[in-house]
Amino acid sequence: MAAESSASSSSSSPAAPSALGRLRNRLEGPNTIGNSRRFWVGFAVVLLGLVAFPLLGGGTGNQFSLFLVLGLLGLSLSLVWGYSGILSFGQTVFFGVGAYTFGVVSINFPTPGGITGAVVAGTLGGAVVAALLGYFMFYGGVRDVYVTIITLVSTLVMLTFMAQTAGSEWTIGEAPLGGFNGMPGMPLLTLGVEGIFTFQFVFNELELFVPVLGTVTFDPFYYLALALLLAGYLGLRVVVNMDFGRVLVAVREDEDRTQMFGYNVKRAKLIAFTLGGGFAGLAGVLYAARNVYIDPSVFELYFATLPVVWVSVGGRKSLLGAVVATIAVEYLRLNIGGELALVAVGALLLLSILVLPGGIVPWIDEKLTNSNLDVSEIDGTEPSTEVSES
Amino acid sequence: MSDSADRQSLGPNVRQTAAERATGDRTDTLLQTDDLVKTFGGFTATDSVDFSVDEGELRCLIGPNGAGKSTLLKLITGTLAPTDGSVYYNGHDITDLEPNERVDRGISMKFQVPSVYGDLTVRENARLPIQQFADGAERRQRVREAIEAAGLTGYEEVDASTLSHGQQQQLEISMAASLEPDLLLLDEPVAGLSLEERGEIADLVQELNDDGITFVIIEHDIDFVERIADAVTVLHQGAVFREGSIEDIRADDEVRRIYLGGE
Repeated sequence: MAAESSASSSSSSPAAPSALGRLRNRLEGPNTIGNSRRFWVGFAVVLLGLVAFPLLGGGTGNQFSLFLVLGLLGLSLSLVWGYSGILSFGQTVFFGVGAYTFGVVSINFPTPGGITGAVVAGTLGGAVVAALLGYFMFYGGVRDVYVTIITLVSTLVMLTFMAQTAGSEWTIGEAPLGGFNGMPGMPLLTLGVEGIFTFQFVFNELELFVPVLGTVTFDPFYYLALALLLAGYLGLRVVVNMDFGRVLVAVREDEDRTQMFGYNVKRAKLIAFTLGGGFAGLAGVLYAARNVYIDPSVFELYFATLPVVWVSVGGRKSLLGAVVATIAVEYLRLNIGGELALVAVGALLLLSILVLPGGIVPWIDEKLTNSNLDVSEIDGTEPSTEVSES
Repeated sequence: MSDSADRQSLGPNVRQTAAERATGDRTDTLLQTDDLVKTFGGFTATDSVDFSVDEGELRCLIGPNGAGKSTLLKLITGTLAPTDGSVYYNGHDITDLEPNERVDRGISMKFQVPSVYGDLTVRENARLPIQQFADGAERRQRVREAIEAAGLTGYEEVDASTLSHGQQQQLEISMAASLEPDLLLLDEPVAGLSLEERGEIADLVQELNDDGITFVIIEHDIDFVERIADAVTVLHQGAVFREGSIEDIRADDEVRRIYLGGE
C-alpha cells in the first residue's frame, strides 16, 4: 500500500513539469477550490467575459469597476477570517487608511510619479496600521471574539476621529482632511514616471475599434481594477497553498495545537493580518482614486459589516467565494438601493448562515466536483486530483 | 543554582545547569520540575510539585480527577504559566519559554481531546509538523512514514474529521512523534477507545519509546498503564503522592484509598 502511494505520488513528475504545470502546482491545493483543468477553462471563460463586458455593455463597466475594487477588500477578509480564523470588522479601517493616505500623498505630490508613489504609500499604510493593531492584539494575548470587538471599535474610533477633522488645523501639507465633508481635490489617477511613460486611468475614455462592434469607448480604470483583482486572487491562492497557508489553516482550526507543533502562532497571525491590511489598503487606494474623493463614511458600521456579509455569503474559506459574492452582493445592493438594500443584505446573510453556513461558492463547487467524479468514473478523462507535495 | 540543587539533595539525578552538564557529572535527568505551583483564583491545581523524568523513561501519571495531572502537563509544555516554581529541561530553565520554543527544544504533546485538524486531509495533517524541517523527497518520505505509523496508509486524501476517534488519536500521536521530540507528553491517549485500539496505541507508544523517545503519559486505564509503564507517579490534590513501579503502586493501600475514597 505504502509502495503504491509512493509510486503514484512520484510518478506525477517523471518528466520535468512544464511551466504551466509548475504554475498550477503553486496555485492548486486542498486549501482552494478549483483544482481541475475544467475549473481553469471556466475561469478563463469568465475572465474573457469580464474583459469583453465594458466593450459590449458600454457605460455599465464604469459602475462595475467599483465592485472589482471591493473584491480586493473581500479577498483581504477571506484571508484574515476565512483562512486564519481572525474575524475582523477592521478591514474597512485599513481600507480607509489606504484611501486617506493615497489622498494626502497624491494631493501633495500631484505628478504621475507622486501619484504612483501614493498608490504604494496607501497600500503600505493599510499594511502598517494592520501590523500595529495586530501586534498589540496578538502579542498582547487578545484572542477570538475580543479581536473582533477591538477591530469593530477601531472602526468607530476612526469614524469619530476623521469626523472631527473639519478644521483647517487638520491639513497635512496641501491636503485638508475635511471632516465629514471629506477630502476632495485629489489628482486623477495617473501612473508612471514623468518623461518616460505615464497613463491616466480615471475620467479617461479610450476608443477602440472592434470588428463587428465598430468603435467602442471604455474606461481604462476598469481594466486596472480587473488586473489587480486577478493578480490579488492568484497571488493569495499561491499564499494559501504554500506551507504558510497550511499553518494559517491550522491556526484557524486550533491555535494551541498548532503552537504545540512548534509554530509561532502569534507571528503567523500577524503576518496574515498585515497582508490582509495591505490588500484592504490597496482596495481603499483604488476606491479613492476612482471617486477622486474620500470621506469618513468608509469607517461607518454599515460599511464595516459589508465585507463580513460578502465573505459569509460567498464562503469564507474560499477566495473565489469572497470575490464572487462581493461582486454579486454589491450589484444587488446597488440595484435595490436605499433602505430596502439594507434589508435585502441582512436577509441574505441570515439565509446563508441558516441554509448554507459554508457559503454558496463551496457548495456549488461540491456539487460540480461530485458530478465530475461521476463523469470520470465513466470515461476516466478527469485529471488526477493527487496533490503534489512540493 | 548548584547550591539549591545540593540543598535539595534529590540524589544524583537532579537537574543540572548547562555548565554542569557540559563540565561533567553527567546524569540522565531529562525533565525536572521544581516546587511547581499553579493556582486558579483560590484553587491550587498543583502544589509544589517536584517531578523528574529520566531520559528514555516511560512514565505514567495517574491520580483521581482534579489531582492536577493535566495542569502539570500544561505547565511543562508552557500552555500555562506557573504561579511559582520552575521547569528544567535538559539542564536548562525553560520556565519562561513560549510553548513553540519548548517544542524547538524537543518537547511535544498530544492533547486530551484529539485535536487533529478536521478541515485538513490526513496528508495535510501529517505534513504540518514535518514541513518545518524537511523538504522535497525527504518530506514526502517522512510524511509517508508518519501516516504509516498511524496506520492510515490509504486514507491520505480523507478529511481528518471523518476519521474514527481511535484513528484521530493515532494520527495525532504520530504527528507529535514526527517532530522527533526527546520528550513526548500524552494526555489520556486511550480514553474512549476499544480494547483493540488500546492495544494499537500501546504498540505505537512502545515502538516510539524503543526509538529513544521519553514519555510522560496521563492515563486512567490501569491495564494500559501496567502494560507500558516503567514507573508510575501518583498525583493527589496537586502534589506527588507516590512514585514507584506499577506493582508497588497497585499494592499500596493509601493509593487505593484516594482512588476509591474512604477507608
